[in-house]
Amino acid sequence: MSMVKLTIDNRSVEAPAGSTILEAAKSAGIKIPTLCAWPEIKHTPGACRVCMTEVEGQRSLIAACVFPVSDGMVVHTNTEKVRKARKMVVELLLANHPQECNYCVRNGSCELQKVAEFVGLKEVRFPYTQFPSEGLIDRSSPSIVRDSRKCIDCHRCVTVCEQIQTVSVLTPAHRGSDVKVVPAMNLPLNESNCVTCGQCILVCPVGALYEKDEVDLVWKALQDPTKHVIVQEAPAIRAALGEEFGMPPGSLVTGKMIAALRRLGFDRVFDTNFTADLTIIEEGNELLKRVKEGGTLPMITSCSPGWIKFCEHFYPDLLDHLSTCKSPQQMFGALAKTYYAETAGIDPKDIVSVSIMPCTAKKFEAQRPEMASSGYRDVDYVLTTRELGRMIREAGIDFDNLPDEDYDAPMGEYTGAGTIFGATGGVMEAALRTVYAVVTGENLPSLDITPVRGLDGVKEAAVKVGPLGDVKVAVAHGLGNARKLMDKIREGKADYAFIEVMCCPGGCVSGGGEPIPTNNEIRIKRSSALYADDGQVQKKRQSHENESVKNLYDKFLKKPLGHKSHELLHTHYTKRGTEMPHKQDE
Amino acid sequence: MKAEDTELLKEFTPEQVAKLDSIVEKYKSKPGGLIPVLEEAQVCLEYLPISVQKRIAAGLNLPLSRVYGVVTFYSFFTMTPRGKHTIRVCLGTACYVRGGKALTEALEKQFGIKEGETTADRMFTLESVRCLGACGLGPVVVVDEDVHGRVKPGKLKEVLSQYN
Repeated sequence: MSMVKLTIDNRSVEAPAGSTILEAAKSAGIKIPTLCAWPEIKHTPGACRVCMTEVEGQRSLIAACVFPVSDGMVVHTNTEKVRKARKMVVELLLANHPQECNYCVRNGSCELQKVAEFVGLKEVRFPYTQFPSEGLIDRSSPSIVRDSRKCIDCHRCVTVCEQIQTVSVLTPAHRGSDVKVVPAMNLPLNESNCVTCGQCILVCPVGALYEKDEVDLVWKALQDPTKHVIVQEAPAIRAALGEEFGMPPGSLVTGKMIAALRRLGFDRVFDTNFTADLTIIEEGNELLKRVKEGGTLPMITSCSPGWIKFCEHFYPDLLDHLSTCKSPQQMFGALAKTYYAETAGIDPKDIVSVSIMPCTAKKFEAQRPEMASSGYRDVDYVLTTRELGRMIREAGIDFDNLPDEDYDAPMGEYTGAGTIFGATGGVMEAALRTVYAVVTGENLPSLDITPVRGLDGVKEAAVKVGPLGDVKVAVAHGLGNARKLMDKIREGKADYAFIEVMCCPGGCVSGGGEPIPTNNEIRIKRSSALYADDGQVQKKRQSHENESVKNLYDKFLKKPLGHKSHELLHTHYTKRGTEMPHKQDE
Repeated sequence: MKAEDTELLKEFTPEQVAKLDSIVEKYKSKPGGLIPVLEEAQVCLEYLPISVQKRIAAGLNLPLSRVYGVVTFYSFFTMTPRGKHTIRVCLGTACYVRGGKALTEALEKQFGIKEGETTADRMFTLESVRCLGACGLGPVVVVDEDVHGRVKPGKLKEVLSQYN
């Protein structure tokens, strides 16, 4: 790569030709503030104008995020003119932004707040006092709230929705000062094709997009003495919750998380990983059944509710490929109010089942009409990692200094196979471990199936499974990558037996409910924490070794894919199509 | 397909729908076909309601959000039906000081509509422009392609009577 030499703030800097002033400055350790650029998703619209710099020979100030470097260029990022311009830009952004910081969900993690501090803003001379909220806050989705008043038109959400997830719900509409990011036809989010993944939330610099908060409902249940409140946590929570309390990304906080949940008042602390192991038994057997009986192949995983909704909207003709297994969250929910209620001798009507998920789509999933196979709502409330963080802070719990505690029986035991569900490729790896053992009666020569790990968009592997020969598998994360595999299936060119799809790039560790910020570096660190849990912490690494799961089959389910399993652990899907209901624009 | 057809046929004739499909077909495989399709569709159908945008999105294999974004961006495109005739009142500085605003108000009162809207009988759409370069004739009212100069509120009825 050819390099160019330039000067930034009187220092010689070398940067690859074609890179921007922003990138060159960053590599030289010079910070330029920005509110719209998100290079990881190739989003540099030059829209926010905060990254103003002075370039000698240029007539006006330059937006560093879009201006390419050239040989001999002389850049100043800290002149009177630059400082004044940046202040003015931020002042004008704030003049058009509700001054609700004290009680905004992004208070403390807001990029606009940080940038205002960066540029040393001391006053807003044109405070916008009247913000009619009517029609500007969309609470229609069970997962995501959109507050257009706070939007600063950076359009990161549009890019992530269109380019990364290829769902293309959000678009800038109208022009000039009337521009608003909306779903097509200004439909409410729940009437659009939104798959509720929440990746838009992770990139939003401000509080214009956030999770539908259920914290108060959970407090209410916890305070009700007639209710027996139980909780499950997805694998990705233990690898990310620490960040809510200032710990470095990749801190594994399983024990402290359990302790915190007990202190919040949950009557039993169970684990979604338990039903992740159970999922492997059911799904592994379903796969073997399909292979032996000539069922629809490739079979595709069904743990990720955003992915399921995507498939229902865009590939309704391929729903037979989806495993009929419910997600671990919903398997847990169905068992909580049947198996657990029976075991503990508690009337299921008195059980409140809460789940902590890295995911906004899980809120949607829990509300799907068919998710009531116990006779009750299988999962009553779903909190994201961020919401749990808020509850723990609100309760005044000193998270850092909590002791490590253990899960409750009978739904708390898990293996390494269950915990890696939280990273892309994890379900595949866990399934292959068990399928291999079931078919051959032996363990895989190495339990680490590294080709399915990591952040490559589509990963492929072939594993020799005894008499079945080479089993070809594929793993995709992020819906744009899933689309590639789905198109291949539609064309009849996919010769895989089994495909894992996770809706969010990186898998659940970077779900729409995870701590902010989430970026590729953090994705890798959180995944590593889960692989460490699997490889180093857990003694058992295969789902079929989980004693509590064995007990569950002995005492309750009887056998995989049996009658009870079908009733409680399997589901069906809805053809949604991409049609939108007819509704006039405002 | 059937449900879409019903939606379209509520507003448009089968011939218009067939024409729309042929416009989409013409630009289907060409990149950058969206704007020409929208332009031709609007000429043929007069406006671009949701049903039309859906048909175009499906035909060009584009997200509906993209089509909607483009339709709302360009002032040329409209999602509501337009009148047979378009009245544009000039509100540029010269026309404004010579009574352009009073003309708009008079028309709004006469038709019971606001700027940007269309009369119930779909005869007239009322718009404003900012200077037509005919300041010497101000205040100016343009109906379709005809420029009417030195218009007074009292003269409006006479001017519009030519259009039916």
